[in-house]
Amino acid sequence: MRVLGFILRKEFRQILRDKTILAMMFVMPTVQLIIFPLAMDFDVKSVNVSVVDNDHSTYSRSLISKIGSSGFFKMISSASSYKEALKSIESGKSDVVLEIPAGFERNLVREGSQKLGLSVDAINGSKASIGGYYLNAVIADFNAGLDVNLKNRNTASQKIEVTFSNWFNPLAMYKYNVVPAVLVLLLTLIGGFMTALNIVREKEIGTIEQINVTPIKKWEFILGKLIPFWVIGLIVFTVGLCVCFVVYGIFPKGNILLLYLFAIAYLVALLGFGLLISTYSNNQVQAMFIAFFFMVIFMLMSGFFTSTDSMPHWARVLSEFTPVTHFVKVDRMIILKGSGWNDVKTEFFYLLCFGAVLNGWAIWNYKKTS
Amino acid sequence: MNSVTLQNIKKTYDKGNVLAVDDVSFEVKEGELFGLIGPDGAGKTSIFRILTTLLLADSGSASVAGFDVVKDYRAIRNSVGYMPGKFSLYQDLTIRENLQFFATVFGTTVEANYDLIKDIYEQIKPFNNRRAGKLSGGMKQKLALCCALIHKPNVLLLDEPTTGVDVVSRREFWEMLKKLKMQGITILVSTPYMDEASLCERIALIQNGKIMSVDTPDKIIGSYPVDLYAVKSENIYKLLVDLRAYGEVASCYAFGEFLHVTMKEGSGAEQIEKYASGKGHQHVVANKIEPGIEDSFIRLMSVRDATKS
Repeated sequence: MRVLGFILRKEFRQILRDKTILAMMFVMPTVQLIIFPLAMDFDVKSVNVSVVDNDHSTYSRSLISKIGSSGFFKMISSASSYKEALKSIESGKSDVVLEIPAGFERNLVREGSQKLGLSVDAINGSKASIGGYYLNAVIADFNAGLDVNLKNRNTASQKIEVTFSNWFNPLAMYKYNVVPAVLVLLLTLIGGFMTALNIVREKEIGTIEQINVTPIKKWEFILGKLIPFWVIGLIVFTVGLCVCFVVYGIFPKGNILLLYLFAIAYLVALLGFGLLISTYSNNQVQAMFIAFFFMVIFMLMSGFFTSTDSMPHWARVLSEFTPVTHFVKVDRMIILKGSGWNDVKTEFFYLLCFGAVLNGWAIWNYKKTS
Repeated sequence: MNSVTLQNIKKTYDKGNVLAVDDVSFEVKEGELFGLIGPDGAGKTSIFRILTTLLLADSGSASVAGFDVVKDYRAIRNSVGYMPGKFSLYQDLTIRENLQFFATVFGTTVEANYDLIKDIYEQIKPFNNRRAGKLSGGMKQKLALCCALIHKPNVLLLDEPTTGVDVVSRREFWEMLKKLKMQGITILVSTPYMDEASLCERIALIQNGKIMSVDTPDKIIGSYPVDLYAVKSENIYKLLVDLRAYGEVASCYAFGEFLHVTMKEGSGAEQIEKYASGKGHQHVVANKIEPGIEDSFIRLMSVRDATKS
């Protein structure tokens, strides 16, 4: 135990001495937490619309001004023909072409029905469907306000009215979804990358040779490597939480101790992962690439960017096998929803399993190779 | 009493395809300064790694300071000082921090064994707060030696300590080893430099994983079986080609500004001079000389090659 103390003292001394890495460990969470949520925004805020008005009537004008005043749409051009409007889609200037046929007003008044043409640029699938959906909603609203429909209220669209409110993220802002996830990303980088690289560095420089001829036991060496990053991980997590509060005003709704309990368990699992990588690689470049390979998969599969619910079945099963998924989920639940122990205990056992398996595997492989 | 013994040690790499150490046996007596002499790739480092318990031999047995390298590996680690060929201390820690760290993990302090490292440590002490990575080659070696000595080992294993170190530092280093030997520490040192062999009490010549000879440097030189001549002329390269073509010459190789030549039975210096002059060489000089370790090494090597083929 005394020896472990000496090793820890040495490790901290080395980590604190490398000013670049040290700065990175604290600048990274701050900058990432500030940049990511602001830059990554999947909310559809402005859809550019080109209008081809072949009618030039009161009705068509009021429809156009209704669309323009909704706030979601920007009327960027009014073309004289559909062909011309299509060109603005091709050049990427507009996202939607709304074509109002000639005789729009006349037919609506006389026959009570009329058709509109909507052409949506669907390269960005979510923007296309959301933009199209919004535009439809505006048109439906316009439709409901027409004289024809106002007069026979009972026969038309008035059947079931749906009102709704967003919970936990009332304004449905993407940043609330992504901020807790970025916190997880930070812990993952510290736990996975830093430990793997640090241990492999001893191999690469050859210092492990000198350590192996001393009476230092293997568990002392391993713990001496893991504990510093475990501590640093928790410090970075705390810094991250502070940034969340200061910059976004997000303060965990749930029990903060519960959040830390998860962070602790998650770091143990990730440190085991880093250790595992280090036992399989001989130099820092190898370790870097192996770690990077898994980190990218973990990140993309974890529900960080897209919800795991919208993944195909096999991908959802796969995502269950990454520790990141579980922590991202719990992190959002505790920070945004304020979930308690009973809601998240299954995830905790998942993390414990990951910790046991990854660390066990790493130690077994470490023993075997040296 | 033997401090280090190896018996029929064999080690292969790459699933038996590369033979690194081939049936090696030798002993190092207590308090002896023993040299393992051989070129790069001869298997010296593999032997050191087996003795320091970093590597398991395929077969054979070895013991260091009375402990078996497999069964008592823990005990060996406490009683052996090892200095690897590659500088393996923490480059981002200072001299003092490195020394303190290695002292503490051995459960001792720098002060407790200060008299042992005093002579060496005093030389690098002015740079106490400099990081190990920023030291010169010679200073690194001194620091590594200090760290290997800090727990007062019975046996010191030094793997090529003078490789890549300037001539002055090399001489100083050997002086230090002699002093340590006088304190009763057994020292096993490896080197690819033949001229350092004579500084050891006994040496083992090793080539391609096999020990060719184990004895004192004097006896190895003394056992050189034939006369050796140093020959030179104006055109040394043509002389080399000519002499190799001469039927009476047994071996001929360049050695500094001379050619070292051995003759078949009954021939002497005069014959070489006569033959060379006959070939048109000017200022031919041929003198009988005392062979050195390198001559012995080359002879042992060629004899082995001859018996093999």
